[in-house]
Order: sequence, then structure tokens, then C-alpha cells
Amino acid sequence: MTTTPYLAVRDLTVAFGDVRAVSDLSYAVPLGRTLAIVGESGSGKSAAALAVMGLHDPATTRITGSVTVGGAEVVGMAPAELRALRGSRAAMVFQDPQSALHPYFTVGAQIAEAYRAHNAVSRRAARAHAADVLGRVGIPAARRRLDDYPHQFSGGMRQRVMIAMALVNDPKLLIADEPTTALDVTVQAQILDLIADLRREFGSAVVVITHDLGVVAEIADDVLVMYAGRCVERGPTRTVLGAPAHPYTWGLLESIPVVAEKPARLRPIPGSPPNPRTPPTGCAFHPRCRYPERVGDTACRDRMPELTGDGDRLSRCHLPRPDQVFRAEVLPLLGTGDQHVR
Amino acid sequence: MLLYVLRRLASAVSVVVATMFAGFGLFFLAPTDAAGAICGNNCSAERIAHIRASLGLDEPFLSQFGAYLTGVLVGRTYEAGGVVVECSAPCLGFSYQLNQPVTALIADALPVTVSIVAGAATVSLTVGVLTGAFAARRRGRVADRVAVAAALGLGSVPFFVVALISALYLAGTVLPRAEHIPISEDPLGWAAGLLAPWLTLGVVSAAAYTRHARAAMIESLGEDYIRTARAKGLSERRVVYRHGLRAAITPVATLFGMDVAFQLTGALFTEAIFGLPGLGVLTLRAFAVFDLPVLMGAVLVGATILVVMNLVVDIAYTVLDPRVRLT
Ligand SMILES: Nc1ncnc2c1ncn2[C@@H]1O[C@H](COP(=O)(O)OP(=O)(O)O)[C@@H](O)[C@H]1O
Ligand code: SF4
Ligand SMILES: [Mg+2]
Repeated sequence: MTTTPYLAVRDLTVAFGDVRAVSDLSYAVPLGRTLAIVGESGSGKSAAALAVMGLHDPATTRITGSVTVGGAEVVGMAPAELRALRGSRAAMVFQDPQSALHPYFTVGAQIAEAYRAHNAVSRRAARAHAADVLGRVGIPAARRRLDDYPHQFSGGMRQRVMIAMALVNDPKLLIADEPTTALDVTVQAQILDLIADLRREFGSAVVVITHDLGVVAEIADDVLVMYAGRCVERGPTRTVLGAPAHPYTWGLLESIPVVAEKPARLRPIPGSPPNPRTPPTGCAFHPRCRYPERVGDTACRDRMPELTGDGDRLSRCHLPRPDQVFRAEVLPLLGTGDQHVR
Repeated sequence: MLLYVLRRLASAVSVVVATMFAGFGLFFLAPTDAAGAICGNNCSAERIAHIRASLGLDEPFLSQFGAYLTGVLVGRTYEAGGVVVECSAPCLGFSYQLNQPVTALIADALPVTVSIVAGAATVSLTVGVLTGAFAARRRGRVADRVAVAAALGLGSVPFFVVALISALYLAGTVLPRAEHIPISEDPLGWAAGLLAPWLTLGVVSAAAYTRHARAAMIESLGEDYIRTARAKGLSERRVVYRHGLRAAITPVATLFGMDVAFQLTGALFTEAIFGLPGLGVLTLRAFAVFDLPVLMGAVLVGATILVVMNLVVDIAYTVLDPRVRLT
């Protein structure tokens, strides 16, 4: 793969006061590819995404490292430049369309506004364009619905409106932060299909944030697993889901009902994510991990593992042969062979 | 919508009639003798009796009320000093002390009061909302602290003190002398003459709006849709003053709806202090000399203004918040 990445994140750290939400995060997304970022709630997925969009309040947030979008450095970018980037080359879809859309403006006005923020066109032209994109994201009778308010749409339709608004300027980078979490199960798949279609159609770089591995299997080319603000495993979707190398990823796989063959075998990850104010020493996952004894000594408690691996396949764990442990102890719980990857 | 307005109108009318009834009853039961008050000192018993009869004051309550209501709806006649006076609808009675129909007295005074209230409300809403929004945007910084402290300080000084200072030292010096020139005659003169009372009443009540608007803005600026607005690449000013302010206006409108009565009372003070011939001055005079018909008329008009304003605010809600359905 020789494409230069449209989005490149290097050693990104995001801190709110003494809370470090994201640490040393690096990844790259070329045009036409989809990266899924997975992890439990509170692992820093949104904080990292907002940093890519330059949406953190500089007064309360400290950001270091580098984020380049189409070659332009976002960290420390001047406000005017940032405004020109946001909504045009890089756009974001938020988790809850109910609260992310303004309740007092019509959807037509909100979409047209996003268009006019970056294009010197008349109101009428912006409105016509808004109707076009609204139709493109699958809203029936789009032209008639321009003057409706968000509360007049169903949850799924509202998320389509949100997506239309993000796509109105044909962004080269689309970030969708848990786009289906707030929706009914029945419409989740439709929204994911829509994002996948649009990616194919426009060849944008797409980042989908989710805590649902089913979503990952369905639409992502690459996966990045986050735990306590750090990347713990990263690689092509087939590899990461087919032969995951990190105990946290195993835990995620074991805890999804769609993947585990028998619900009785469902093994939720014990314990809960660490408090970011008091992160554990060593490997952040060690209080919940089954394998520290396997590593021996107190290595897991004392030393943070490096993110290592070959090429684009990386993981952060002290276990000497994670592939063997996975095949011998985890895979049997998930079903035979490759089957757990849908 | 139309049905809602009609229903609200019906209920508004019934509130006004009830007020009228209650006011009428109160005055009817009052220990002061209206006929005596009309006649003044050195009045013969004979003359009082004559006045009582001509006013129908010896009739039972309901028939007096009926006559009054008829007067409001279709007009009636009065006999004053041997002359029959035609009082056409809406006839609010006849002031024997001023020898004029109450309707005419109120028609002269009402524009003054309405001008004061409307101007002051405009000042307080504009100043309050903009200051509040400005402070919210700079929350925690010096500009915010100054605005909050100023609002707190102004809000804790009694209104009549501010009004007195303003009337004594500002009107006629820094500001034009307070006077009422009908807007139809000279719009500029109208505005100039009312500038001092507008600013006085407006700035003092702006304090409450500032605090309220600031709180509402801080809340709305924390909403997800503000982040969406920023994510679209809108300018910070547009984010704050279009997306943020738009959502903060609804709670401010609620305050405004509850505030109309206060503004009317404030106007009463303002008129008295600045010497403007409005409803307040008319009422205060009528109160002092127990000019019952004028008092009744003022109560009625005041109640009508309140009811109409509440209706207007409720209807404004549907424009302000599209999620509000009128049923
Ligand atoms: N604006 C903020 N101020 C302080 N802490 C924050 C802020 N935003 C997020 N956090 C904290 O950062 C951590 C990561 O949050 P987030 O990125 O929202 O997680 P995720 O999206 O993975 O659920 C959490 O512990 C959260 O409490
Ligand atoms: S480093 Fe140790 S504690 Fe961390 S995931 Fe690997 S085995 Fe578990
Ligand atoms: Mg999140």
C-alpha cells in the first residue's frame, strides 16, 4: 500500500488538566479506506477524534503531538485556518443526532448553513444543494422535508440528516463518532451501509468510532483498539479480528453475543476501565487481565509494554507468544477457525 | 393554531370580565361613599341623594354591574350637572370630578404608558440579552465578572432611587427633558422625550435579564449542537450569537412574560417621578381623591394589557420553539 495517508496522527496526547484522555496515539488513514477505533466507553476515542477536528477548547485542553489532514498540521492551527478545514475537508458525525442537531433551526437551514460556510453561493442555491444531499443519504421526499425541524424526524432519519450535513461539502475525511449507538438496532445497519456506500462513492478517508466489533467487521479495513487512552492493538481488520494479539481484544471478542457461539459462553471482561485520574502502573490493563502470571515476575505491573510488531500489525503486550495463547485458549470459546469474523 | 388562539381569547375575555366583576365588587363594598367623594366637602344631604340616584348607586350590585357592562359593550348615557352626556362604547364610566368620560381620560394616558413600557422593555431585553450573552462567552474572565457584578449591583438598588437620581440629575442635562409628545406628531421628539424614562426603567430591569440570559447562554453553549456548529466551520461569532443565543432566547422570553406586570408597575413609578401624564399618574390621582370610575377603568385596562401580553408571549413561544405544539 503506497498511498500517502490523508489523515496522519502521530504521538497524539490530549489532556484535560491532570486527566490524560489520550496518550501517544498514532495512526494513519489513506483516502478510500476506513479505520475503526474500538474500545470501551471512556477510553479516549472521542477525545482523540475531537483533537483531529481541532474541536477541543484550547483554554482547558492540552494537546501535543501531530495531526495532519491532507498534509496540513491541525495541532496549533490558527482559528481561521481551522474553520476553513472543518466542515469542508474534514467533517464529523456525532453519536446522538437528537442533541447534535439544533432543535430550533430547520434541517434545510442547518445543512445549507454548512454549505454556505465554505461556498459563496446564494441561499437558494444552498437550499437546492441541501435537498440534493438529503436525497443522497436516503431521505424520501427530501425537498419537502427541508423545512422540517429535527424533532419531526425519526432517530435513524435524524442521523441521515447529520450525515448529509457532514457530506455537504464532499469532505475528504469523515469521522463518525459512534454513529449508530443512539439508534434502534434495526436502523443501525442501514446507517453503516450508508457510510460504507458514501466512502465507496467519494473515496474519502473514513474513521468510524464504535464499541461494537460487529460494526468493525462490517465496514472497516483497519482496526485500532484503544484502552485507557492508548492504542493496545492495531492492524488490518481480518488480522486483528481473526488472530488478535492483545488480551483486551480477546476480552472484547468474548463479550459480544454475535461472535461467541453460545450465549452461555459469553465472558464479559471482569472489572471496569481505570479512572483516568489514577491510571494503573505498568500495563493499564493488568488489573483486569488473566495473563500477568504467564508473563512472570511483576513485569505487567511494573513496565508499560511498547507498541510493537511487524509492519502495520502492532500490539502492546508482554506475552511472549500471544498467537499460541489465542489459538489454544480463546478461539475454542469463539467457535472454529475464522468463523467469528463475519 | 387558530383554534388555540380562539380558545385563549375566550379565556382572556373571561379573565377580564372576572377582574371587572371583582374590581367592581371591591369598590361597591368599599367603606367610602362614592357620591360623597364626587360631591366634595360642604355637600348637602339632598345633593348626595341626587347624585346617588343619578349614578344608580342605590341600585342592587348586579344591576349596577350590568349597567356598567352594557356601557362597555354598547355605550350608555350619564347625567352630569343637569346635562345628559352621551358615553359611547366602550364606555368605562364618567368622572364627575374631572367632568370627562373615563374612556377619553384613558385614551389620553394609555399611549404614554404603552410608550414607556414598550421602550423600556426593548432597552432591557436588548441590553440584558446582549450583556448576558457577552458575559457567557467570556465566562470566568474579567469582562464576565464586571458584567455580573454590575447586574447584581443594579439589581439590588431600589428602582425608585435610580429613577429619582435619573430624573433629578440626568433628564434635562445629559439626556433630553422627560416629556410626552405623541408619536403621531413628532416621532423623534417622542423618542427624545421618553429617552430618560426608557433608559432608567430599561437598564434597571436589564439587570435581571443579564443574569438570566447569561445562565441560559452558558447552558446552551454547552450543548452538543454548539459543537456541531463549530464542526461545520462556522465563525465563533456565528456559533455564539446565532446558535447559542437562539436557544437562550426561549427562557428569556419566559422571564419577559412573567415580567410584564412588573414593567407596568415600574411604568407607574416612572411616570410619577418624571411627571408624565400616563395611566400611572391618572390612577394615582384617582386613588387620592377616590375617583371610582377612573380607578375601575384603570384596573380594567391594566388587566386587559396583562392578559393580552400573556397571550402574545404564549403565541410567541410557538414561534420561538418549534417543538411546542398548541393544542
Ligand atoms: N472536556 C473534558 N474535560 C475533562 N475530561 C474529559 C473531557 N472529555 C473527556 N474527558 C475524559 O476523558 C476520558 C476519555 O473520554 P472520551 O474520549 O469521551 O471517551 P470515549 O469516547 O472513548 O468514550 C474520560 O475519562 C472522560 O471523562
Ligand atoms: S501486558 Fe500483561 S497485563 Fe497487559 S495485556 Fe499483556 S499480559 Fe495482560
Ligand atoms: Mg465517545
